[in-house]
Amino acid sequence: METAYLVLGNGKVFKGKHIGAPGKCLGELVFTTNMEGYLETLTDPSYAGQIVIQTFPLIGNYGVIEEDFEGKSALKGYVVRELCDTPSNFRSQYQLDEYLKKQGIPGICGVDTRELTRLIREEGVMNAMICSRVPKDLSAIKEFAVTKVVDEVTCRKESVYQPKGIKKHTVVLVDYGAKRNIIRSLTARGCTVIAVPSSTTAEKILSFKPDGIMLSNGPGDPAENTFAIEQIKKLVGKVPVFGICLGHQLTALAMGGRTEKLKYGHRGGNQPVKEKGGRTYITCQNHGYAVIADSLKGIGVETFVNANDGSCEGITYPGRQCFTVQFHPEASAGPLDTGFLFDRFIAMMEGRENA
Amino acid sequence: MPKDKSIRKVMVIGSGPIVIGQAAEFDYAGAQACRVLKAEGINVVLVNSNPATIMTDKAMADEIYLEPLNVETVTRIIKKERPDSLLAGLGGQTGLTIAMQLSQRGVLERYGVRLLGSDIEAIDKAEDRELFRNTMKAIGQPVVSSEIANTLDEAVKAARNIGYPVIVRPAFTLGGSGGGIANDEAELKAIAGTGLHMSPIHQILVEKSIAGWKEIEFETMRDSIGNTIAVCSMENLDPVGIHTGDSIVVAPALTLADKEYQMLRSASLNMITALGIVGGCNCQFALNPDSFEYAVIEVNPRVSRSSALASKATGYPIAKITTKIALGYTLDEIKNDITGKTCACFEPALDYVVVKFPKWPFDKFAGSSRKLGTQMKATGEVMAIGSSFEAALMKAVRGTENGFDTLNAPSLYDGPVMERLREQDDRRIFTVFEALKSGISVDKIHEITKIDRWFLDKIRNLADFELSVAGKKKLSKEEYIRAKHLGYTDKALQHICRAKKLPGYRFSYKMVDTCAAEFNAETPYFYSTCNEVCESRSFKRSGKQVILVLGSGPIRIGQGIEFDYSSVHCVWTLREMGYDVVIVNNNPETVSTDYDTADRLYFEPLTPEDVMNIIDVEKPIGVVVAFGGQTAIKLTQFLDKHGIPILGTSAEGIDLAEDRARFDKLLEKFAISRPKGMGVKTLQEAVQAAETLGYPVLLRPSYVIGGQNMTISWSDDQTRKYMKNILASGIENPVLVDKYMPGTELEVDVISDGTDVLIPGIMEHIERAGVHSGDSIAVYPPYNLSGTMLHKLCDRSTKLALALGTKGLVNIQYLIYENELYVIEVNPRASRTVPYISKVTGIPMVDIASRVMLGKKLKDMGYGTGLYRTPPCHAVKVPVFSFEKLNDANAILGPEMKSTGEVLGIGKTTAEALFKGLTAAGLTIPSKFNMESGVLLSVAEIDYQEILSIAEQFYDLGIKLYATPGTAETIKRQGIPVHSVSNATESEEIYSLMEQKKIHYLIYTGAVKDSTMGDFIAIHRRAMQLGIPCLTSLDTAGALIRIIASRYNLNNTELVDINHLQTV
Repeated sequence: METAYLVLGNGKVFKGKHIGAPGKCLGELVFTTNMEGYLETLTDPSYAGQIVIQTFPLIGNYGVIEEDFEGKSALKGYVVRELCDTPSNFRSQYQLDEYLKKQGIPGICGVDTRELTRLIREEGVMNAMICSRVPKDLSAIKEFAVTKVVDEVTCRKESVYQPKGIKKHTVVLVDYGAKRNIIRSLTARGCTVIAVPSSTTAEKILSFKPDGIMLSNGPGDPAENTFAIEQIKKLVGKVPVFGICLGHQLTALAMGGRTEKLKYGHRGGNQPVKEKGGRTYITCQNHGYAVIADSLKGIGVETFVNANDGSCEGITYPGRQCFTVQFHPEASAGPLDTGFLFDRFIAMMEGRENA
Repeated sequence: MPKDKSIRKVMVIGSGPIVIGQAAEFDYAGAQACRVLKAEGINVVLVNSNPATIMTDKAMADEIYLEPLNVETVTRIIKKERPDSLLAGLGGQTGLTIAMQLSQRGVLERYGVRLLGSDIEAIDKAEDRELFRNTMKAIGQPVVSSEIANTLDEAVKAARNIGYPVIVRPAFTLGGSGGGIANDEAELKAIAGTGLHMSPIHQILVEKSIAGWKEIEFETMRDSIGNTIAVCSMENLDPVGIHTGDSIVVAPALTLADKEYQMLRSASLNMITALGIVGGCNCQFALNPDSFEYAVIEVNPRVSRSSALASKATGYPIAKITTKIALGYTLDEIKNDITGKTCACFEPALDYVVVKFPKWPFDKFAGSSRKLGTQMKATGEVMAIGSSFEAALMKAVRGTENGFDTLNAPSLYDGPVMERLREQDDRRIFTVFEALKSGISVDKIHEITKIDRWFLDKIRNLADFELSVAGKKKLSKEEYIRAKHLGYTDKALQHICRAKKLPGYRFSYKMVDTCAAEFNAETPYFYSTCNEVCESRSFKRSGKQVILVLGSGPIRIGQGIEFDYSSVHCVWTLREMGYDVVIVNNNPETVSTDYDTADRLYFEPLTPEDVMNIIDVEKPIGVVVAFGGQTAIKLTQFLDKHGIPILGTSAEGIDLAEDRARFDKLLEKFAISRPKGMGVKTLQEAVQAAETLGYPVLLRPSYVIGGQNMTISWSDDQTRKYMKNILASGIENPVLVDKYMPGTELEVDVISDGTDVLIPGIMEHIERAGVHSGDSIAVYPPYNLSGTMLHKLCDRSTKLALALGTKGLVNIQYLIYENELYVIEVNPRASRTVPYISKVTGIPMVDIASRVMLGKKLKDMGYGTGLYRTPPCHAVKVPVFSFEKLNDANAILGPEMKSTGEVLGIGKTTAEALFKGLTAAGLTIPSKFNMESGVLLSVAEIDYQEILSIAEQFYDLGIKLYATPGTAETIKRQGIPVHSVSNATESEEIYSLMEQKKIHYLIYTGAVKDSTMGDFIAIHRRAMQLGIPCLTSLDTAGALIRIIASRYNLNNTELVDINHLQTV
């Protein structure tokens, strides 16, 4: 294995071994604390533009299992401490390194991932580069910004997913970089899912006569997506709307709220989220921005909060049949504990639950 | 939901003596519980028969009862103390069982006591096989097909329905006692018979064997409003078939994809929700390695060994949070102590790998089967943390102190390695390593062992590395660094290659923080890694002088929880004195490895190199070796050689006590006698020495703990056999041959500051010399010691302590034979009896010893000097054995220690204390004997004379005498009526008498010869299964007679609150 370097925007350099596809990469450096589920992480389109650090040191233990993919890899680079070249699992198809090579994702292993995580925690998210030679000039690294990434990961054309069992509802899924398990969670509950690109107009979406609209997760700064925000304005109140992650943030912006960038985000499968007046759930998360709950006073009601840092995790818009969450009820990777939110969405479409 | 204010006085039930399946983890859990309760201002009433625990310390509870843990006694304490609530989920299976009995008998209701945590219904649903299965069925959780059987016939029928192989699991037994896998009907009958007897409700489960599946565990928590979390997942390297307590376990699970992981995690949380668990709960699964098929193995609705491991593996304090939940708090209200900011309702993220390795007692029971199965055999365990699986495994292996620092171990049996791989024993991982080294493929090994290929491939990395450097005279920089990443010590490396000089390596230390560095934490809890950035070196320090305290490693026979007790107290005192205290230990079951016990905790093996690496970071002013048992003492010479100051008794003083020749000279100087003896190195020398001294002689290797390989020899034959065995394994130090004198043994713990000496107390053993002190019943104060002898003993102790330059504790063992006082042994460190004597005399022995080590004077401490006054009570320490788990082990008491734990009985008289002690140890003493009560006597010829008075006394008490022919003949001749019973080899008579409940006690000393040993083991095993006490020392029998005659029973003893003892 060749020597590789991870060069941070602040000038710090970590030496390791090159893994994955040849070449270098530049991206926003983030970490995820999930101990398993690296396949779901690698194939989560919400990582577009980012270099992902796995805090758990042993990655690739069960190789690659294609049926566990959540989408097409959109991340820029991958950082692990130890990459397993002898995977073992009854479903394992091939080594993880092979996947990285196939997808053109360069990576680095053998680095002090814990120290990297501490750096990001203390200094906030920063850009980084994986390369074979340390560049003299860091300006390229510093100037990098994750922009227009939804366009990169949204589907090119609409597609229809048939329900498992008897069809009960039609849901239009606006795909900002949707994880496949959102679709699976809906089809499993008897929904026909029509996935449409993020560029789809509200009128077009409503023309499918959906019983409900699902606003998906996705990458990047929510405020950039002005077109999508405009469409959501036109959709909320018309039919039941359920938003996840970026969908949650875009809805907040559409309703007049504001978002902010978090110092280093929430990425992992152990984030506690308290439902106001209810219990606390362990959730799967992947986001760098958050909704400022106060900015929605009088419009939306904060229903979920992060039990660690108090950040906003969910909003319900009373009287508008619209609710959104920051975390991932579709899990993958992570706990399945909040899958009941899809049932709430179904109930709302059936008129059994009002938001 | 905030704390329930109606909870004001809580009874906490401990887990009693250390036995296999129930070790120090419950002291750790109980101590955490008591601290939480006290901090909440709740009055705590503690019951535990085990004195060697932190939880029975004065400061832990308001009222402390070192009383037998049975429902009668606990009921009496409830009646006396009137607690409003009971916390039982932290006292292991013992605590839970007593709580259930209290509930069934209506005691809780009668006295208005509320059970905190999971309620009786929840416990029942989890513990009762049928209720559990019904609950699982109701929520769609698959269980292994099985049937309940209450008789042997039912068991056979069940197995036919299910199909062989089947596993037999007795209901309500510890660590799966009495269970096993049966491959056919004959095997089933044997195992089911045992199981039915072992189960307190005579019920077994016959279950489809799923041996070979992955065994996965989740440690979960649930609160009263239904918040649920999975604190930690664990994967057993050894697939289903070996008890999890005997398995090598990793955390987190390493071979599961997210889909499998989440499937089992969700199953766990659904299960604890359906069961209505409130607090911590362990969920075990079997997962088919070739599909998503799984089955629930069992749940433990309480804090357990696994939860202690999970707590230490993640930093999440399960016992503490369980207690808070029991008080009414909900998970979302409780803060994560480690980050101080985040919420306890979360799931720890690990950024390292944890490996647990069991510590087995087979070194103590040569000849006993090392086969592992569904019945746990390990006495303790170590945990290791590393950045890679290989490094963590290597740390774990050397940390268990089995004499191996790598996976290279000589095989136990002959035969090709491929055959030996089939042996499911304690050496399997070493055999796997040997196989990999010899070129056998991972697939082949997987096929035989069913160990997941992932683990095998990692072990192969170690094998490949060793092969690549074997014999090399020089290692490249890359090779050396690779060795360090894989977890090799320099010493181990030098055994593999021939490099004389190695460059040395600077380790860095990372923090265990529950959150994989996501949040800032100040946990002073570290492990070594080969990463570059060291978090320990940059850790904020107080600037105070640093002292390093060495812990005692895994719990084993001869070195139990007592040493953790002492280590923890030393740490506390030194902190109080203003030092910055660092502890090193690798036992996850202990209080010492709580991250807030010391100022900093290093969870590392206690080997010279691992400790030196920590010293390099911490730069202590000195190291304390006196409280960590032989594990710590062993490091003294090494540390001294490297210029590291030893606090307390110097390395020189320690050597003086341990080196026989030097010690003999010292004794001569003071004209102190010791049994005549000599050191030998060959068979001929040994035989000659024995002849010179005259038989019987005591044979033992030097530098051992717990009398390992110690034996009494009565003949040349025995001496030859012993020497052959010992020499076969190679010896570095001479074998000691001593004249054996069957006198009275006394034991004394002494504290000295170099000028003065304080003797907190003297103990007299019930059993004569020849029975290891750890296996003897020890009585305080002495019951049979003359004033002159007492004076002499104090005088000798003082002289010896001063001559050895003792600064701190020293333990001296004496022998009185034909009115002459001999010294048998001196241990220049804290001994097993320190907690016991501290508790009954009220002298904080470790506290004083620690202060003395740092230069304080005994005179200024307020306890005076010389022999301390005797408090108004008698205390008796009774050993507890784990022969239920090691049922083929030789249970005859001798110079080699065999007990795993101990209990204390406290009373107004020796007899009362003895009664309580024996009862607490599990010996049943009926309050009334009927005409059918009987005792079986079978003794060796040398005991014929002595058995007569014992027989007579039993007879006078109205107990029917049975005896084997030789013994019977002797007794008959004396005119005492006795029923002669044929020997076990000749007929089944003994067994049928036992089964007919005609024999209540066995007195058996006739197993000194190899020819009769098999008989004894078989009889003993049956007796164990039937709950018939078997005494192998006539002195113990004498004590038994005394207490039967004393007419004490469970209802007429006085309950003693040791917290208020001194004011009596």
